[in-house]
Amino acid sequence: MMQPPDLPDIEQQIAIICQRHGCEPHRLLQILIDVQEMYCFIPPEAITFIARHLNLPRVNVEGAAGFYSFLSLEPAGRYRVLFSDNVTDRMLGNEELMRHFCNRLWLEPGKVSEDGLISTNFTSCTGMCDQGPTALINGWPVTRLSKERIDLIADLILSKSPVSDWPSTLFEVNDNIRRTDRLLGEPFEPGSAIRATLMRGADATLGELKLSRLRGRGGAGYATADKWTACRDSEGTARYIVCNADEGEPGTFKDRVLLNRYADMVFEGMTVGARLLGSTKGFLYLRGEYQYLLKKLEEVLARRCEARLLGTDILGEPGFDFDIEIHLGAGAYICGEESALIESLEGRRGKPRNRPPYPAQHGYLDQPTVVNNVETFACSAMIAVHGGKWFGETGTWESSGSKILSIAGDCTLPGIYEYPFGVSVREILQDCAAEEAYAVQVGGPSGILVSWKEFERSISFDDLPTAGAFTIFGRGRDILEAVRNYAHFFAHESCGFCTPCRVGTQLQKKLVDKIADGHGTASDLEELKHLGHLMRTMSHCGLGHTAPNPVLDMLEKFPGAYEQKLTSLSFEPAFDLDAALATARRITGRDDPWAHLP
Amino acid sequence: MTSTITIDGKTVPFTEGQTIMDAALAAKVYIPHLCHDPEFKPHGSCKLCVVEANGRNVTSCTMPASPDMVVINDTPELNEDRRALVQMLFVEGNHICPACEATGNCQLQAAGYYLRMQSPHFMHFYPPRRVDASHPDIFLDLNRCILCELCVRASRDIDKKNVFGISGRGIDSHLAVNSESGRLGDTDMAVTDKAAHVCPTGAILIKRKGYTVPIGQRIFDQKTLREFHLEQQKRVESEDGPDGG
Ligand SMILES: Cc1cc2nc3c(=O)[nH]c(=O)nc-3n(C[C@H](O)[C@H](O)[C@H](O)COP(=O)(O)O)c2cc1C
Ligand code: SF4
Ligand code: SF4
Ligand code: FES
Repeated sequence: MMQPPDLPDIEQQIAIICQRHGCEPHRLLQILIDVQEMYCFIPPEAITFIARHLNLPRVNVEGAAGFYSFLSLEPAGRYRVLFSDNVTDRMLGNEELMRHFCNRLWLEPGKVSEDGLISTNFTSCTGMCDQGPTALINGWPVTRLSKERIDLIADLILSKSPVSDWPSTLFEVNDNIRRTDRLLGEPFEPGSAIRATLMRGADATLGELKLSRLRGRGGAGYATADKWTACRDSEGTARYIVCNADEGEPGTFKDRVLLNRYADMVFEGMTVGARLLGSTKGFLYLRGEYQYLLKKLEEVLARRCEARLLGTDILGEPGFDFDIEIHLGAGAYICGEESALIESLEGRRGKPRNRPPYPAQHGYLDQPTVVNNVETFACSAMIAVHGGKWFGETGTWESSGSKILSIAGDCTLPGIYEYPFGVSVREILQDCAAEEAYAVQVGGPSGILVSWKEFERSISFDDLPTAGAFTIFGRGRDILEAVRNYAHFFAHESCGFCTPCRVGTQLQKKLVDKIADGHGTASDLEELKHLGHLMRTMSHCGLGHTAPNPVLDMLEKFPGAYEQKLTSLSFEPAFDLDAALATARRITGRDDPWAHLP
Repeated sequence: MTSTITIDGKTVPFTEGQTIMDAALAAKVYIPHLCHDPEFKPHGSCKLCVVEANGRNVTSCTMPASPDMVVINDTPELNEDRRALVQMLFVEGNHICPACEATGNCQLQAAGYYLRMQSPHFMHFYPPRRVDASHPDIFLDLNRCILCELCVRASRDIDKKNVFGISGRGIDSHLAVNSESGRLGDTDMAVTDKAAHVCPTGAILIKRKGYTVPIGQRIFDQKTLREFHLEQQKRVESEDGPDGG
């Protein structure tokens, strides 16, 4: 155990941080993020002082701090290195790189070095799959990791060089836009969508949105015009526009590119929404992994304020007031779920709410709230400019417009591709030069595992819906290993609120591990189906409903992936007696045949 | 104005704002549950009370009843799934029924009986969990906590003390106590608090009360979970009545 660091003046420091956030309980998560940055963890005294300043029960502050992966209640290293652990990072050898890093620095994953300098661990997908393997170092993404880069990083850490002084080449993040269409291909003039909305009028613009048949790009595909209308027609003292930039689905990174390069279009979509609904306040919920974009986005907001595209009397229109605040997440996939996101915005644990009521009626601070994906707002801005008919001309009737895909895995040209809806998997595979594709995970772990037999299927809401992930597995890849990675992901990201998901994702993980380790039996397959059914039908929210998808898809479509791993026995104990003796063997330094069970 | 829903073919009246569970219990139609108690704000975490309403699975303790809703509740399939949820709760914690002071008074155990659970079925997690004996009158054993948050709600809404909360995430979610040490003895909890008496399992026990009621004469030695919960509902209804609280 390392000594807790000296914390002089902690009370005063915490007071300053709390005041910076106006001692607003809703800003609790933002306060905790600042405290984590300052002390490399959330000291117990800090929790006590924050509770006092915010006038909250201490246990609520502790509960919030305990929920988010990027906050730690135990000291973390002054350099905190988190290796992204998406399946694409695996394919590119992140485990070997982590071992190399640990060997160089005498580390163990999950533990802080003796001197308190470094800690390292794996983290869920960081949204850089087109340039992996990636790690976050004190929040900063380092892409395209290699042994050489790891050696350089190790040297920089050992020389205690501040991360801000490290060579900028380490932190290069590319957009890799490979194909554009209606959305990314058309030039966008900041202010044009707001001007068009003011000219046309709010109701007429909502009419254009309806005409466009735009459906949400965050996965579920709910008609945007309907959601906005419901929010507009709900009673409340205020209305809120929330942009969901949590992008937690492993394999998805298109919102990262939209925010990096098309932020004006996104913010403008939110502002158009504000005009249509009469909202004066918007939030961008930015996942913690994208904290490196924060400064840039704040600059865009400031520039837009100066240009009178935000603030009071926008573009000279009296009473048209709207501003956007950026809220950071701190490592929790569930906070992409809209009601959990709202809880998190209010400074609480990211626990999905009971529905009904839906956010459109009772959202942020119980007021009517619209939560939409980043891409949905970008589409809305373009619809405001070009009209609904223009938008609806692309794609299919049920799925109008285009879809941005985040393509990664076994292909020569990973990156961002924009296609009209209805494009086939085969066509996409050709474009990104995936010659030997064997399977594609469409929509990330919560989506659909598509086998080579189904490559004629198309990207659309009624065939293969997706928030954007498109992860390619070439011939020779072990699908079972991919499914195992996904099972671990869900077990790690379950919020823990409801029984079927909290326990089910763990049982699922253990069973997939058991099969992958060569101890599985036919009855384990039945058990996985049983668990899948329970999670799908009994869970509280979409996470639990979709967590069994990869496992069930594999059982149905890829029997070859697990069959040769099954033992012929109908029963195999889950507990391996010989393995249990491993610790004793290590302690005694023995590994001879007599130190093993027969 | 009252409207009605049907549950397993039986017509059940409800008033605006009532959940499916409220309407069912008031009509003596039993929907199995663990994290629900009519005295507290609904929570919706255990999922035992999931029913099929108009073809969709919903959580009956939180889902508002709406006119002409058709609810399916007491079917072999749903009860089988409920049994699996109880089994999940058993293997997730460390439940030692024969040796537990709450035996016979425990709703988790009674749910196991009621749903005909014969074995834990799933592999045990054997999680290392804390036992807290720091309070002079109250014993807290997280090995048996099922995260129903009844104590959290009781302490917050009735005792107005916020002694409990939840921390951690996923399988590491755990009951947390409102003190810097994390110990119950360092809070203002009193044995007279509501929160000391709502735990459906043996996670919160009152000290020096061990075996005052002998095994064989305990609550679920006498009645089923169904009878217990319907009586609980009746008690709440009479307290809410004209002469009640
Ligand atoms: C576990 C879970 C995670 C989600 N993550 C995201 C996300 O990262 N981004 C997103 O836009 N929607 C996410 N969603 C969907 C949102 O709940 C919501 O449907 C969406 O933000 C609505 O926006 P849209 O109508 O524009 O698609 C998630 C849903 C679930 C159940
Ligand atoms: S399904 Fe999973 S993530 Fe959703 S509420 Fe239940 S435990 Fe939380
Ligand atoms: S201690 Fe008891 S009442 Fe409190 S959450 Fe756990 S099981 Fe429920
Ligand atoms: S009783 Fe409804 S979820 Fe627990």
